[in-house]
Amino acid sequence: MKPEYDIVIVGAGPAGSIAARFAAEGGASVLMLEKDRDVGYPVRCGEAISKAGVSEFIAPDEKWISAHINKFALISPDGTEAVIEFSDAGYVLERRIFDYELAKTAAKAGAEILTRAYVNGLLFEDGKVSGVKYEYRGEQKELKAKIVIGADGVESRIGRWAGLKTYVDFREMECCVQVTASNINVKDDTLYFYFGENVAPGGYFWIFPKVNGAANIGLGVSGMVGKKKSALSFLNNFMENNFPNSPILTSIAGGVPSTITLDKISAPGIMLVGDAARQVNPLSGGGIASGMIGGSIAGKIAAEAITNNSLDHILTYDKAWHERLGKRHELFEKIKNGIYNFSDDKFNKIAHSFNKIPYEKRSLGKLFTTALFNQPSLLVDVAKIFII
Amino acid sequence: MNYRQAKTGKLMIDILPDKCDFCGCCVGVCPEDAIELKEAEIFIIDERCTNCSKCIWSCPIEVIKFNKKGVLSK
Repeated sequence: MKPEYDIVIVGAGPAGSIAARFAAEGGASVLMLEKDRDVGYPVRCGEAISKAGVSEFIAPDEKWISAHINKFALISPDGTEAVIEFSDAGYVLERRIFDYELAKTAAKAGAEILTRAYVNGLLFEDGKVSGVKYEYRGEQKELKAKIVIGADGVESRIGRWAGLKTYVDFREMECCVQVTASNINVKDDTLYFYFGENVAPGGYFWIFPKVNGAANIGLGVSGMVGKKKSALSFLNNFMENNFPNSPILTSIAGGVPSTITLDKISAPGIMLVGDAARQVNPLSGGGIASGMIGGSIAGKIAAEAITNNSLDHILTYDKAWHERLGKRHELFEKIKNGIYNFSDDKFNKIAHSFNKIPYEKRSLGKLFTTALFNQPSLLVDVAKIFII
Repeated sequence: MNYRQAKTGKLMIDILPDKCDFCGCCVGVCPEDAIELKEAEIFIIDERCTNCSKCIWSCPIEVIKFNKKGVLSK
């Protein structure tokens, strides 16, 4: 370990690892700190991702692909299944291997990595962030850095220590639970999404297949729903009704900051990426691909700032992110607010109308059009975004 | 009886660490930065907590409880 680094990254998830890789490739000295003893574990994720989302950053590899997906099944509250086929749409990952491999690509680019290092404060110099305080094996330490990148996930505190407002409105937090269960009889090429008041009000319930008859089964509900009934009790009901005897291999809780990106994701000496910056796709709740994109932009800009010796350059990150994805997430957020507020009756009607479309002509676009047809006010929101 | 003291009086938010999964939902929604979360350790920073209860509502697995009488010091 060096006495100080150009860039210290806090958190070794996908966003952190990609930021570390791009920063190191750009010529900066980089250290990535991870609070847990393992990179990639525990896995707090449904693990589904589009092929495009992965391929931009790592060549697909069977060792971290648990299932190949080419169908979506959307199940309305009355049990109507609307199936859409895509060729080669995406994967269900084995994230404990995937995250490891991503971290290795950062290491190969020259980044250093330290696990069991819990960052509990920031250093400041002349009003700007100048390093981190961290606990490592019971010892409190300090480390100077020209730029700190917070990739510390949904529970991120780095941003607030630097004066950014980062906490998530509890109504926008999707509070999730998931089990990975065995002996689940579903198609291994289909992602299943269930909607409705009984399974996941204001959110969705998922079954994502994994290799050898296992599946990730879970749901997310907003803190507003959680006030009355927790995600756990929804999951327990579903499992008792549908898979009462399936062995549970893993059970995990997690939060998805299902909202638009923070107003500010950089400040002097600091940048935020991934869930910490709230770079999640608010419609799907997916955050791996968008987090990696955020990480790549931040890592590249941070390295440029170092090599050009102009640290203010990191403040251009906000705009670069907004143009690449932030803007689109704002649209998705509006669509989310429309769709997830549908009544059970409306979900049923959409599924029924959708199933009248011939199978080969079905697409996500058609589904969306059908949803719009049932809720014309959504059109206004969508149009607004495209016009502005 | 010795009660823990929050910013606004008696501390009434009680995290049950034995049942916690350390997922971070509560930390993400806490407006006061009043929860410390390590790999497998969690606790409230008493003097910052305002008993606002947002962490309780956001806990996916019902590990945080509201304790009207207050939380006793150990």
